[in-house]
Amino acid sequence: MPADTAPLPLKEQFTRGLDAPICLTWELTYACNLACVHCLSSSGRRDPAELTPAEARGIVDHLVDMKVFYVNIGGGEPMLRPDFFDLVSYAVDRRVGVKFSTNGTRLTPGRARQLTALDYLDVQVSMDGATAATNDAVRGEGSFAAARRAMDNLAAAGFGPFKVSVVVTRHNVGQLDALAALAEGYGAQLRLTRLRPSGRAVDTWDALHPTAAQQRMLYDWLVERPGVLTGDSFFHLSALGEPLDGLNLCGAGRVVCLIDPVGDVYACPFVIDRQFLAGNVRAAGGFPAVWRESALFASLREPHSAGACASCGSFDACRGGCMAAKFFTGLPLDGPDPECVHGHGETALAALGDRPRSVPGHSKVGRDGTPVPVPTPVRFRSPARA
Amino acid sequence: MSVTEARPAGAAFAAEKAWRLNPQVALRDESFGALAYHYGNRRLVFLKSRLLVDLVSSLGDYASAAEAIAALVPERQRAGYGRALARLAASEVIDAR
Repeated sequence: MPADTAPLPLKEQFTRGLDAPICLTWELTYACNLACVHCLSSSGRRDPAELTPAEARGIVDHLVDMKVFYVNIGGGEPMLRPDFFDLVSYAVDRRVGVKFSTNGTRLTPGRARQLTALDYLDVQVSMDGATAATNDAVRGEGSFAAARRAMDNLAAAGFGPFKVSVVVTRHNVGQLDALAALAEGYGAQLRLTRLRPSGRAVDTWDALHPTAAQQRMLYDWLVERPGVLTGDSFFHLSALGEPLDGLNLCGAGRVVCLIDPVGDVYACPFVIDRQFLAGNVRAAGGFPAVWRESALFASLREPHSAGACASCGSFDACRGGCMAAKFFTGLPLDGPDPECVHGHGETALAALGDRPRSVPGHSKVGRDGTPVPVPTPVRFRSPARA
Repeated sequence: MSVTEARPAGAAFAAEKAWRLNPQVALRDESFGALAYHYGNRRLVFLKSRLLVDLVSSLGDYASAAEAIAALVPERQRAGYGRALARLAASEVIDAR
């Protein structure tokens, strides 16, 4: 470029998209032995069309070509995939780092030792409350004990600082100090992420999302604790004062995306809906072609107007918030986030009629054929057999 | 979703010392410069100009960071690039050799 042309600010460059994602989320399977009421992918049953081991390795090869440094692996429960360890090893051997999220139910002492032996691997054990009562109300009976057992196993295997990953809800936001202490007790890092009204949370978000007062408290708590990881997920709270750590922008289809278990590529992990489907890795050209040529991603990378938020002094801080949170609460994508700290989202929500309904997804179904949105008890093999 | 996470605390920068691109760091060229990812501390850092990418990549060829800056960076920009290297030392993108 000519010397007298100032380059675009970095944030602006990111909103226009990069030739390859900075990182991406890859959900390996829709199979899950839990049925969390806020599951963003409505997981439960394995999809018969899930990618084969060879296809999955092909994705890794493409990520190597694109110089994607790491992937966030999730599900479903990724450890339920029979080729889980093969695939993770295949990735890290090629310097595609793996951060994977697990409910911990299959994280036996032996598997904790296997994970410890791998480089470039981070483990995030999900836990949505500091007590079994709080956690199990969301994640299912027995899931707190299972997560603790997984953490015990990682600690015993000498894994090092794994992550305790918490989706912040109305009911656990008062337990942040206890969760931080729990993580610290393991030498682990606490990671907090935002509850989105996606997947099964379409039906539970109203009851679970933090209140406005709790969001203020959460912001203050995070500002005081820059060591707590957030995956950049609370950038809508940056409108409350100094920006939180991170890029503070929506990277959907611009610098991040989701590959789902059947190879569908969505703009981000929180918008598994046809409207945000960019393509499939099984098509000619694979994932790189979807990333570079998708019409959806091209439109996301165009400049967008601030819409209803244009006159708000906080727009530069929050950028209108989270696209997924707006979409699944029925709000226009160029309007305020439903959890807008100035209350504009609540006003907009109050004026709405029906919101998009939850699709059945891969939830387990009851005898009447309808999805079962309630947690199911978990049973475990005894540790002696593990 | 997760883009930048860890908070390392690397060595204090001294321009008279010899530095290099940390062998645990991989660079990915971008139109603005490069992404730098540290496989050890999992930190992602943005190198915001081509010149900074060239400087960081060739630190290992010079006896000191000051020499590398003098060789590669126009005089009026040297102080700024010195500060940039100090930040990259703090995040362990470059390390003393």
